[in-house]
Amino acid sequence: MKLKLLIYGVLLVCCVPFVFPIWWMATTSLKPVAEIFAFPPSLLPGSPTLDAYRQVFELQPFGRQYLNSLYIALVVTIGTLAVSALAGYAFARVKFRGAGVVFVVVLSGLLVPNEVTIIPLYRMFDTFGLVDTHWPLILIPMLGAPSVLATFIMRQFFITLPTELEEAGRVDGLGRFGLFWRVCLPLARPAIGAVSIFTFLHSWNLYLEPIVFLSSKQKFTVPQALTQYVDAYGGPMWNTQLAAATLSALPVLIIFVLAQRQFVEGLAQTGLKG
Amino acid sequence: MTLLLDKPAPPQAPAERAPYWTMRRRDTLAGWLMVLPQLAGIVAFVIVPLGLVVWYSVHEWNVLGGTFEFVGGDNYAALADDQRLGPVLRATGLFSAGLVVLNLSLALFLAVLLNQKLRGTVVFRTLFFSPVVVTLVAWTIVWGFLLQDNGGLNGFLNLLGIDGPNWLRSGGTAMASVIVVQLFKNVGLNMVLFLAALQGVPAELYEAARIDGASAWARFRRVTVPLISPTILLTMILTIVGSLQVFAQIAVLTQGGPETSTTVLVYYLYQQAFQFHHFGYGSALSLLLFFIVLVLTVIQWQMRKKWVFHEA
Repeated sequence: MKLKLLIYGVLLVCCVPFVFPIWWMATTSLKPVAEIFAFPPSLLPGSPTLDAYRQVFELQPFGRQYLNSLYIALVVTIGTLAVSALAGYAFARVKFRGAGVVFVVVLSGLLVPNEVTIIPLYRMFDTFGLVDTHWPLILIPMLGAPSVLATFIMRQFFITLPTELEEAGRVDGLGRFGLFWRVCLPLARPAIGAVSIFTFLHSWNLYLEPIVFLSSKQKFTVPQALTQYVDAYGGPMWNTQLAAATLSALPVLIIFVLAQRQFVEGLAQTGLKG
Repeated sequence: MTLLLDKPAPPQAPAERAPYWTMRRRDTLAGWLMVLPQLAGIVAFVIVPLGLVVWYSVHEWNVLGGTFEFVGGDNYAALADDQRLGPVLRATGLFSAGLVVLNLSLALFLAVLLNQKLRGTVVFRTLFFSPVVVTLVAWTIVWGFLLQDNGGLNGFLNLLGIDGPNWLRSGGTAMASVIVVQLFKNVGLNMVLFLAALQGVPAELYEAARIDGASAWARFRRVTVPLISPTILLTMILTIVGSLQVFAQIAVLTQGGPETSTTVLVYYLYQQAFQFHHFGYGSALSLLLFFIVLVLTVIQWQMRKKWVFHEA
């Protein structure tokens, strides 16, 4: 009993650095400017106001930037699912000439983070006139190094399916693509879930790529926009930044809390176990 | 060879020719079609750029003047002469080592706590995991706000009578602050992986160890750790490679300062290439980063052979 209480105590203390920043972000965004550095610090806004939220949309086309981030993340997620499910299936279940070599080539992507190749990637997209467009933010994660982990997870999943399953499908006259689409893919829900979650979050969080590739405010993504709320001296407008930060974090947080079982267990149970 | 060629012709093929599209051939075609998008992507966005990095690194590229000249090993010589590179590598090593040690220890500690059969652990698991889904820059901004000289943390410390430092602007605490911000952002991910691994350890083994009189610590050390060692290795690789990629946190919290105390390699590379337009030198730095990732990965694969427990 004593041990139980001790464990609960430790768990509660451990929660603080995880939960308090989120609380502080949301409550500060509702405080008037005069209150945000008040001493003693207050856990709840004394006179709550939505001024900061008004400023978020007045100072920048934040709605537009939000949509940019959202649609880029969705396109990247769907694209990555298509690319990685096909490739993962082929590596796991199709015996084809050259598979070994191709697999090694693809896995090499795990060793070359985008930070290593950001200079040539910038020059390449510049050559095709695609700098300051969303194309690099879509194509690089979907097809390049970040998609390799997705392919690997898919492969690890497809490898576990019993061969009888496909033999039965063959008897029913299915070809390779039929076996993939009708038999194996519908079973891959856990892997699809895990890949979707981390691909979406990866795209949603990207920071280096947007600041390298994008220069016009209309095209900015959310992470990039958050840091742009500065006063005339370049100092951060804290309550505005935190209001925008809250807007960027809350929807994903709410979805996460509602679906936390799928989130956590999906991520834990998929090929990531290595 | 001639002997082989001189062999008598094989018996006549049967009158009805086997169909060209045998299952093997079909599978080869299907396999290639299926991996084609991924393969093309890796070639276009990984292999070609990697080749270009090597090519750029032996050139001096003046963007404003529009010149691109072969300079041989000059950029590499500059690498050796760069007074700032030492501190940059030190900061990179400090960040990665600090983060990996803290992250894996805390993740395992929390996972062990959550693995006790207690009510309400799902709630705690959700709370510990939630920063993982918070936008990285949003998380970084709120911590930057908390760690201001007159920010929330020092405000609360003041209530306790403690005069906190200017966390992000003092040499002694800036690096530690950046590590801590990143630690709490992502430790939930490793925690969940550890939790899944812990739940895979058969209860009989603990029972047997208990009967043999092993203490709780001995059971953890001799049963748990060996059995979850594949997960420890995996999380270590993911965390180390991830820690080398840290950028947004540095750019938002400290801009590499004070001095260069938090200028990690990726941030330095970004400054050289995209702020000072030293693309040639930036490419040499990129290759340095690549070799660090490569060497660390190889070392870890070697370690795997040594101490990772393999299930039969």
